[in-house]
Amino acid sequence: MKQWIAFWNILVKDMRAYYLKPPNISWGILFPLAWTGMFFLRSGRGMEDLPSVLPGVVAVSVLFGSTSMLAVTVTFEKKERAFDRLLLAPISLELLMLAKTAGAVLFGVAGAFVPVLLAGFFITLPPVAWGIFAPTVLLLAVVSTFFGLFIAVAVREVFEAQTFSNFFRFPMLFLCGLFVPLERLPLFLRPLSYALPLTYGADLLHGAVSGTNTMSYSLDFTILGAFCIGLFAASLRNIRRKWIL
Amino acid sequence: MTDVLVASGLRKRFGDVQALADVSFSVRRGEFFGFLGPNGAGKTTTINLLTGLARPDAGTIRVGGLDCTRNPKAAQHLLGVVSDESNLYPELSGFDNLAFCGALYGMGKTERRHRAGELLEIFGLAEAGHRLFGGYSKGMKRKLTIAAGLLHKPKILFLDEPTTGIDVASARQIRRILADLHRDGTTLFLTTHYIEEAERLCDRIAFLVKGRIIRIDSVEHLLTPLQKRHRLRVCCGGLSGEVVDILPPVFPDLTFSCPAEDMLLVEADQPVAIGPLVRLLEEHGAQVLEAVRLRPSLEDVFVEITGIEADALHREKEKSGAKGGTS
Repeated sequence: MKQWIAFWNILVKDMRAYYLKPPNISWGILFPLAWTGMFFLRSGRGMEDLPSVLPGVVAVSVLFGSTSMLAVTVTFEKKERAFDRLLLAPISLELLMLAKTAGAVLFGVAGAFVPVLLAGFFITLPPVAWGIFAPTVLLLAVVSTFFGLFIAVAVREVFEAQTFSNFFRFPMLFLCGLFVPLERLPLFLRPLSYALPLTYGADLLHGAVSGTNTMSYSLDFTILGAFCIGLFAASLRNIRRKWIL
Repeated sequence: MTDVLVASGLRKRFGDVQALADVSFSVRRGEFFGFLGPNGAGKTTTINLLTGLARPDAGTIRVGGLDCTRNPKAAQHLLGVVSDESNLYPELSGFDNLAFCGALYGMGKTERRHRAGELLEIFGLAEAGHRLFGGYSKGMKRKLTIAAGLLHKPKILFLDEPTTGIDVASARQIRRILADLHRDGTTLFLTTHYIEEAERLCDRIAFLVKGRIIRIDSVEHLLTPLQKRHRLRVCCGGLSGEVVDILPPVFPDLTFSCPAEDMLLVEADQPVAIGPLVRLLEEHGAQVLEAVRLRPSLEDVFVEITGIEADALHREKEKSGAKGGTS
């Protein structure tokens, strides 16, 4: 019970101190808005084409929304030694890091629904498989957050965390099949695509919105889950190795 | 008194640097234990090992009877830690910072809010409690950081250079609060390079130099050998080298030195008869302004045992005070 009091308060503190600050809220809304607009204009087609860009924009919103704040909530706090205070608390490292990442997951999930609401405002959305869509968004937020965490604990400076995040995020966007179908990618790039978690999230979103998934849902979910566990375990290992000297 | 903390054979190496080499000591329940040494002696490393922020290469740590060597989490609920930096959250108010720290130790909402208010009062920060921590002065930040370490009423409070770099009034207030805590039975573990602070507050002191404990003893025992010596500082006008040269043959039981211009330091194993000395000085043209018996200090003991000049410590003190200092 005591550990859960700590968990809840770390989450609430991060939400108050970082995520619910006006600049972050506006970023969380404007960023998906800008991406939706950009892809919509790029497609050059009418409003009825909006659903086709929805999976991509949702994935981008989740990916960027979840990963962007971890450089502050983790790397910056570590540099300022406020993170030591958390490491000194009688709470397991696993639960502590889940508390530190829960805010990013919630922020990512909230960001995902901005383009959905926006699209729903302009057009009648096609029948979306919400039973697939909702868990996919959640799992994408978790995997993106743990990916951000992995980078945040691997570096010392905030700017390094942000640089490394972009180094991986942007290529991932164009290799995951969201905007360029995997079968149209050069052959040598395809193995790389299948090594990216976003590929499986994108496939699930395509399936949920338009039924055009290329892999089975269970396979996509299993691989995304495995990425979550792997990235979280690697991050914990890095914290133990590099931060608890 | 039972030992509440026992460290045996602690070793820690960072690359080529041997930060700690075979450090062993114990702290008794209710004791105010001091770790004294220059920057880089290994004080912060020791605290990090004891609190779970670092792992020893060798050795064992027991806190409150629990083996924490490989599982530091086992005893973290017993510990309060005040790091050498004021590492609270600038975007939270003083009150919210304290309440958050209570929550980290599983305290319920009512309890932690009550305790936060109580500590703000004790530390004289009640009026600033609603202000953001980022806007606090250095002294206020330090006080709130110490209050945060006390929030969950720890059995042992670790303090890493608690008064470094803050104003005199805040430092005095902090020392007073620490003395009160000690009186109330809290075990305190203090690292400092302020020798006089350690002397004033601590029951026992360990001198740590280059990762090794040179000596551990009570302040009283450390001072005893020097208390047997009698030291006198005589300030004179017109004190020349020739006058000083005349003194040893006349007073063969006394040792003379001139640590500064117009200042004579007299040392002896017996009480110094001041009359003949003053008369002789004045007969040779020196004008005696004052003569003061010097009480032996822990600084003298430290210099004698470690061979490190107190001046070097003072310089470090000033330097780290300016920076906000680590060791």
